[in-house]
Amino acid sequence: MKVSNVPFQGTAEQEAKLIELINEHKGQKGCLMPILQGAQNIYGYLPYEVQKIISDNTGIPMEKIYGVVTFYAQFTTSPKGKCEISVCLGTACYVKGSAAILEKVEEVLGIKEGECTDDGAFSIESCRCVGACGLAPVMIVGGEVYGKITPDDVPGILAKYR
Amino acid sequence: MADIKLTVDNIEVTVPEGSTLLEAARAAGIEIPTLCFLKDINEIGACRMCVCEVEGARSLVTSCVYPVTEGMVAHTNSERVKEYRRKTLQLILSDHNQDCLGCSRSENCELQAMCKKYGVDDTQYYAGKRNESVIDDSSVSIVRDNSKCILCRRCVGACINSQGIGVIGANERGFDTYIGTAFDLPLAETSCVNCGQCITACPVGALYEKDSTAAVKAAIADPDKVVVIQPAPSVRVGLGDCFGMPLGENVEGKMIEALRRLGFDKVFDTNFGADLTIVEEATELIHRVTTGGTLPMITSCSPGWIKFCEHNYPDMIPNLSTCKSPQQMFGAVIKTYYAEKMGIPVDKIVSVSVMPCTAKKFEIGREDQSAAGVPDLDYALTTRELGRMISEAGIDFVNLPDGEYDNPLGEYTGAAVIFGATGGVMEAALRTAVEKISGKELTELNFTDVRGVEGIKEASYNVEPIGEVRVAVASGLANARKLLDMVKSGEKDYHFIEIMACPGGCVNGGGQPHVPSKVRNAVDVRAVRAQGLYDIDEACTIRKSHENPMIIKLYDEWYGEFGSEKAHHALHTSYVPRVINKDL
Repeated sequence: MKVSNVPFQGTAEQEAKLIELINEHKGQKGCLMPILQGAQNIYGYLPYEVQKIISDNTGIPMEKIYGVVTFYAQFTTSPKGKCEISVCLGTACYVKGSAAILEKVEEVLGIKEGECTDDGAFSIESCRCVGACGLAPVMIVGGEVYGKITPDDVPGILAKYR
Repeated sequence: MADIKLTVDNIEVTVPEGSTLLEAARAAGIEIPTLCFLKDINEIGACRMCVCEVEGARSLVTSCVYPVTEGMVAHTNSERVKEYRRKTLQLILSDHNQDCLGCSRSENCELQAMCKKYGVDDTQYYAGKRNESVIDDSSVSIVRDNSKCILCRRCVGACINSQGIGVIGANERGFDTYIGTAFDLPLAETSCVNCGQCITACPVGALYEKDSTAAVKAAIADPDKVVVIQPAPSVRVGLGDCFGMPLGENVEGKMIEALRRLGFDKVFDTNFGADLTIVEEATELIHRVTTGGTLPMITSCSPGWIKFCEHNYPDMIPNLSTCKSPQQMFGAVIKTYYAEKMGIPVDKIVSVSVMPCTAKKFEIGREDQSAAGVPDLDYALTTRELGRMISEAGIDFVNLPDGEYDNPLGEYTGAAVIFGATGGVMEAALRTAVEKISGKELTELNFTDVRGVEGIKEASYNVEPIGEVRVAVASGLANARKLLDMVKSGEKDYHFIEIMACPGGCVNGGGQPHVPSKVRNAVDVRAVRAQGLYDIDEACTIRKSHENPMIIKLYDEWYGEFGSEKAHHALHTSYVPRVINKDL
């Protein structure tokens, strides 16, 4: 089962906004995409609970919704962590070994790219070029840029944010 | 509609406008191979096996979805086309679990047949990364093994288009794509109704029923057990498929003989249960109509439909007939009346059914289905499972002599046997209800308005003294949804509705033998098998359930009146509301 272990913390206000959005689009051809985009804006991600609200209120089977969500890279079913980690896989960083950096981050945190740790502390994503190729390989943690790093540096850097 | 003339492989052919190249080729006697195409269920041109050359077209075209045009010149069998198809098969095999020997579909696998045809026989094409998957056997009816899946999406089409459910679909994208449920929930935790239409749609071994043959064989081998078997109406017009017999052929006699040779102690017929269902259900209908009960009353024989109703229309549960299905009624009779009459302790009886249905495996485990304090039925086999047991036992089915049922519970009427076709339960119920309401003998027994494979049928009859009786019949749950939405909105108003989960009824059930897509796409399997049942009905001397002498005897000796309190206790059940998407 691929349900996120991070407890869902949606509020009544968020749900009211989502229902309003659904009612605006419901019944129209192709309504699912704008609803999903809006829902991700409201909640930041599209967990089971949010997809269930959409399914229950549109009559669209949840599997169809989940199929669309997992098809498009822009949608995510994992929340963002309190501390967001972004590893650059742009050409320069990649050539300088950023794939190994990403792997190390995944190993240390025990989650994969696109996921969030169960305690909601860290989430990992990859990106394409942050405009700091001179510092390759580059990783951004909690908004701070770390350049010219090696996989061995990763545990120490992450420890500062725990 | 205008006619279109075209040339396929140098043969001139004329077909109606709107035909596809695949259909035009068939009209010219040419079979184009397909994997993903299932008429009306999955028409997406995804597998690319059906590619053909069309002169003037930019690239090869997928003939299953390519409309013909006047003067078109197509080549379905050129070297370029064949090479392309071979490459497609090699790519499919590159991510396919080729454990063919142990596969449930070995020898009737459409992929295997096609690979053989095109000489694609290496196991190491494009050796490299393969997708990993876990077998989902959470459901009591259906097993999903994605390692065999070729992503044709025929199961997805069956689930959403035929059945209006959509609990399985394509997740992720590109190489990572797989068929699964939302958030990979185990199938048993979704609103899957266990109808098994996904299984009969699958061209390969990615979907199959949960096996009950091992347990049944063990029971037969146990000398302490009395193993009783009841095959459903539709099994006799489907089982022959397993042995290469003509589609829809009635093999009742051979089936009885085979069951006996397999070692079942008593061979009865679910048809007896169907007659019992009709007298109870017709009595319930008359009671509801004359006392202002909840209407429309809806039939309850199809466990796929029952679970669908519980998930999708829980507010309509009061409309469901409280009658158990024929399988369960008969199971109850065996463990109460029959056990007592024969002096067999209930715990020694192992009661087995053969059903054209996978949802029956779920039904036997439902609450409130245990008249004798133990489950009414122990194992529900599919027609396919019985076919496998017969093959394994070395029984030469085709050349078997005709066997005969055991008495006293093998007798049935024509009304019972048509239960297997959409409209059959309605017709059988009308034969009894109309006669009972009017008090006059019914002479015209054929209610032809409710026959046929159309998804939704309606009819009305003037039955004195109560006046007009309006009825409707739906098969295929997508059609059921349409019909119920019209009833709920007040657009339609009926007294009695028959719903069967599978399109065409049980003859086309999810437990019936696989029919290759090339046959399914050309012949209406539902109509052919249904005809087999209507022929049996015509040949029966007794065609009204309430005239079955054994039914009359059963009520005289055991239940008293139709619909009596004792009958209610043993033969009726209850239902539970469910949700579509469960809370976590």
